[in-house]
Amino acid sequence: MKKIWIITKRELRSFFDSLMGYVLIVLFLGFCGFFTWVFGNDIFLVNQASLQSFFSIAFWTLFFFIPAVTMGLLADERKSGTIELLVTKPVSDWQIIAGKFLAAFLLICISLAFTLPYYISVASIGKIDHGAVWMGYLGLLFMSASYISIGLFTSSITNNQIVAFLIALFIGIFFHLIFGLVGGSSSGWVGGILRYLSLSTHYESMARGVIDSKDVFYFLSIIFTALIGTELAFSKRNISN
Amino acid sequence: MEVSVENITKSYGFQKAVDSISFNVKAGEIVGFLGPNGAGKTTTMKIITCYMTPNGGDVKIGGVSILAQPEEVKKHIGYLPETNPLYKEMPMIDYLKFVAELQGVPKGKIRDRIFEMIQVCGLKNEKYKKIGELSKGYQQRVGLAQAMIHDPDVLILDEPTSGLDPNQIVEIRELIKKIGREKTVILCSHILAEVEATCDRIVIINKGKLVADGTAATLRKQAQTKEIVKVTIEDGDRNEIFRALQNVETIELVDLLPDYTQSFEIQSKADLFSRKAIFKLCVEKGWTLTEMTPVERKLEEVFRDLTINN
Repeated sequence: MKKIWIITKRELRSFFDSLMGYVLIVLFLGFCGFFTWVFGNDIFLVNQASLQSFFSIAFWTLFFFIPAVTMGLLADERKSGTIELLVTKPVSDWQIIAGKFLAAFLLICISLAFTLPYYISVASIGKIDHGAVWMGYLGLLFMSASYISIGLFTSSITNNQIVAFLIALFIGIFFHLIFGLVGGSSSGWVGGILRYLSLSTHYESMARGVIDSKDVFYFLSIIFTALIGTELAFSKRNISN
Repeated sequence: MEVSVENITKSYGFQKAVDSISFNVKAGEIVGFLGPNGAGKTTTMKIITCYMTPNGGDVKIGGVSILAQPEEVKKHIGYLPETNPLYKEMPMIDYLKFVAELQGVPKGKIRDRIFEMIQVCGLKNEKYKKIGELSKGYQQRVGLAQAMIHDPDVLILDEPTSGLDPNQIVEIRELIKKIGREKTVILCSHILAEVEATCDRIVIINKGKLVADGTAATLRKQAQTKEIVKVTIEDGDRNEIFRALQNVETIELVDLLPDYTQSFEIQSKADLFSRKAIFKLCVEKGWTLTEMTPVERKLEEVFRDLTINN
């Protein structure tokens, strides 16, 4: 556990040393803030004390934001060769993967923490459903963890960051959109499976304030499957990296 | 701590990069690991350091197998990879602290260890810089510092002196020798003079196979089964001397050295010695023998013989 934290600390620091952390947080807050408060289907248009509009925009912003965070986690270390240093230290592959996963997850938590003033402001102007807000945040965290695992996996199969980013988006879009769209228009058990695989269904039910063990199980299984894939790809090392 | 490499084999696809190599390194010994490019040196190092698992065979470090307990083994190894990869955006001190923490150096000792490494590796003036801002030689020193920060029992160095200036090379070699008195050191290098100057023993591999294992002196002897001496004989006609030498029974080959000197290189037949016979011949003919030196083969030649002919 201590080893994982050491790796997480270094990774978090490197996010902020390379400015990437700041840039991503600013972009995330900029997009979310703009669409929540200023433009489109914003809070004033809805005219209800709820953060629904924020949750639906954060759902999309994080979808693009997370692969950008995760793309370099393993790919860059393989490219620069520093992975050799890390692996030959007394840590297991799992500890390295867990450390990196946690670093990305904490970065998302920090970004989401900056949106808490939204909650406070809305709560001060009207009667807000506190349960729904916290469930919405929980849903965002589960979704983020799922995409981080997928991003970590794509980062482990290549040493090119851009390739890792694009593959992560490609895999992500299926869960994010395509399964839902296709599942909605098809019937029978195929449609059922596709609708179950769609991440948005599970997220939306959480964002409405409903927690179901099925949804939690769904997110956890994506996370574990992707992390096991990461471990398998990561443990296959060859001479060049 | 003893390192024993037992029959390790590693293939990449159909190509065998390392083909059942075995050797032992005892504590207090510095072993030079030599071989031409692509011989499998780096692969062997990567297996010993638990970066890759071999397809067959095992490596035991202090009796602990790398396959069974890699984490235990890794605690005792300090490793400087060939390419010396470093986190360029990290300040040097933070990087050393990170490595020390990962290696499990007790918290109270981390400061002292970092300070010591900065002293030993001559990094004092660059303390607050980011690693990417350092010159290549200083980066190499940081690589060495991170390898030694936890005072490892086994030190594996892949080209440790590349990019260093001549003064620093001497210092680092002295340092390696000092460490080698108590610890086990495996040194990969292309510079034969360096290996000869620092190492107690030399292991040479070629095309994934072990071709030689011994001290520099024994390797030279092994490769040189025939005695070669260089002689200079004066007060006589060059051609006459040449013919007379060729008639000596124990001599296989006489070489006239160029530039009209009176010097010859003489190779005896296998397992025979001709120095006495040459002396007697000179006495008989009334020539003056002004020089007779045994010719030792250079390590470079030994290396070439072993790695080209095999």
